[in-house]
Amino acid sequence: MKETLALYDYWPYQNRPKIRWPNGAKLAFWVAPNIEFYELNPPLNPHRKAWPQPSPALPGYTIRDYGNRVGHTRQMNLLEKYGIRGSISLSTALCDHHPEIIELCNERNWEFFSHGIYNTRYTYGLSEDQEREMILDSIATIERHTGKSPAGYLAPALSHSEVTLDLFAEAGGSYTCDLFHDDQPTPVRTRSGAKFISVPYSLEMNDTIAYAVNKVEPRRYGQMIKDNFDRLYEEGNISGTVMCIPTHNYQVSCPHRIKAYEEALEYITGHSDVWVTTGREIADYFIEHYYDAVTADIVAKQEN
Amino acid sequence: MPLDPEYLQYPHRKYGMDHDRYDWSMLSERKPISWPNNNKLAVWINVCLQFFPLDQKGKPFPVPGGMTMPYPDLRHFTLRDYGNRVGIYRFLKAFDKYNVKPTFAFNTRLAENNPYLLHSIMEREDEINCHGLHMDALHYGGQDIDEESELIKHSLGRLRDLTGREILGWLSPARNESANTPELLSENGIEYFSDWVNDDMPYQFKTDKGPLWAMPLSNELEDRFILMDNLHSEQAYVEQICDACDFLLQEAESQGGRILALNLHPWMLGQPHRIKKLEQVLDYITAQDGVWSASAGDILSSFRAHIITDPAAE
Repeated sequence: MKETLALYDYWPYQNRPKIRWPNGAKLAFWVAPNIEFYELNPPLNPHRKAWPQPSPALPGYTIRDYGNRVGHTRQMNLLEKYGIRGSISLSTALCDHHPEIIELCNERNWEFFSHGIYNTRYTYGLSEDQEREMILDSIATIERHTGKSPAGYLAPALSHSEVTLDLFAEAGGSYTCDLFHDDQPTPVRTRSGAKFISVPYSLEMNDTIAYAVNKVEPRRYGQMIKDNFDRLYEEGNISGTVMCIPTHNYQVSCPHRIKAYEEALEYITGHSDVWVTTGREIADYFIEHYYDAVTADIVAKQEN
Repeated sequence: MPLDPEYLQYPHRKYGMDHDRYDWSMLSERKPISWPNNNKLAVWINVCLQFFPLDQKGKPFPVPGGMTMPYPDLRHFTLRDYGNRVGIYRFLKAFDKYNVKPTFAFNTRLAENNPYLLHSIMEREDEINCHGLHMDALHYGGQDIDEESELIKHSLGRLRDLTGREILGWLSPARNESANTPELLSENGIEYFSDWVNDDMPYQFKTDKGPLWAMPLSNELEDRFILMDNLHSEQAYVEQICDACDFLLQEAESQGGRILALNLHPWMLGQPHRIKKLEQVLDYITAQDGVWSASAGDILSSFRAHIITDPAAE
């Protein structure tokens, strides 16, 4: 194990080059629904248990199934109502299990990025070759079912190895959602040296973290989203920021939670100078317009 | 050392579920149904009447809400018992005040040990279901099938004797099951169960011993989950139920009848400082247009009548 993976350099949140999003927007806003498949009986990973109970672990398995059976359409309709295209963090085996969901999202021109094969198959313990095989399988599956190669990666169940980002960059990816160190895109160092970045994805705004880990009340979650937006929007006057809401249809689409979520979406999309977009579009725009200037600024700041 | 190659093999990676218990189906793609009198929202109030043994074995895990202190854990034992002595009678008053029709899920041991309580419930002619033997008699993966078979046979047989009723509904303690539980329930005359929380409407569940119905009883909207697991405020409980009610009524406008299922515990909401919150919830729900308060069995019968005339609804 290493003390740090040195994936990026220190870059203070002041006096940065000014970012402006398309049409002069101050804030790039994206929603990342995680569309996941959890297995009832996954093989055991020696480093992490999939379920707390002996199989069948109904509480965890069944509510996640609810997300696909019941919740998906609810959030999809809501995003459509507010003109938001989802950027899907996809358990790619879902293409085989539930192709209807893939078709519905593809028809809406949503983005698909890789979130591994199943959310019950972790990166922990995989050899480099095995991890590469898993990543390439996920990419090929998305290509086969959507006609487009994914640009982004979020490791399955946020399980990483030391080379996860290297492998994804080598496979042709351009951005990662695995790092939570900034509110703006930043270059990420990988061994191939390709232009590869982190797009802010936000663990704090993640509904599963809010609801299942931090036990936040639904209306408070709605308020947290609005407060998060207000500050990033204000700071966007200085240099463009990114706000992401990562969601799960088994959390945010439950009947007692969707109202607070809708109010927050209505609030955000009711503002001018907000670029309502996708993860890939943010990554492409940043790489094309700001990657070099930001890299130079980061280099300069290492010397002071 | 790489992981075993099996870790990157996916034998169930194909259309549908990764098991054969039920068909894959999106709720929004099913044919709309309507409840009696064109009501939009069926409200199922499910009251869990539970006995938590003082000599808890905790096999394979200590049940949520059970004993946590060294024996004899009188604090938790009596606090749970409070629900059956005091809280439940507050519940009954509230149900009558708002004219709602509850369903009661009895631990058989509680019905056995408290004939007065059982008769009070039986007099109301509300539906009674079986909630297993008691809260420390869990059904779990790896359990010996003969042991579980005996447990189910005994829990149901005894409750049927005590009530003189057929008892068609089942809720496992802690909603925990073994891989054999659905077969054993079907074999013992159970028509529906509520342990799987993967839908908002009933659906058919396959077993080797004949079909069961899965009835949707939300865990997320349970008083115990919101107040005890999440430590949300009592006011937040009210808000969440009211928001859910609003949303489901709205969804019913375009997608057909929905169910609002509230699982309640008299030891939780029956406390003096919480009972008013239950009343507020009932007051709000019953004031909405298109709400039908009914027992779980009646809701299922109405649903089944619908899909017999229109199989695409399921």
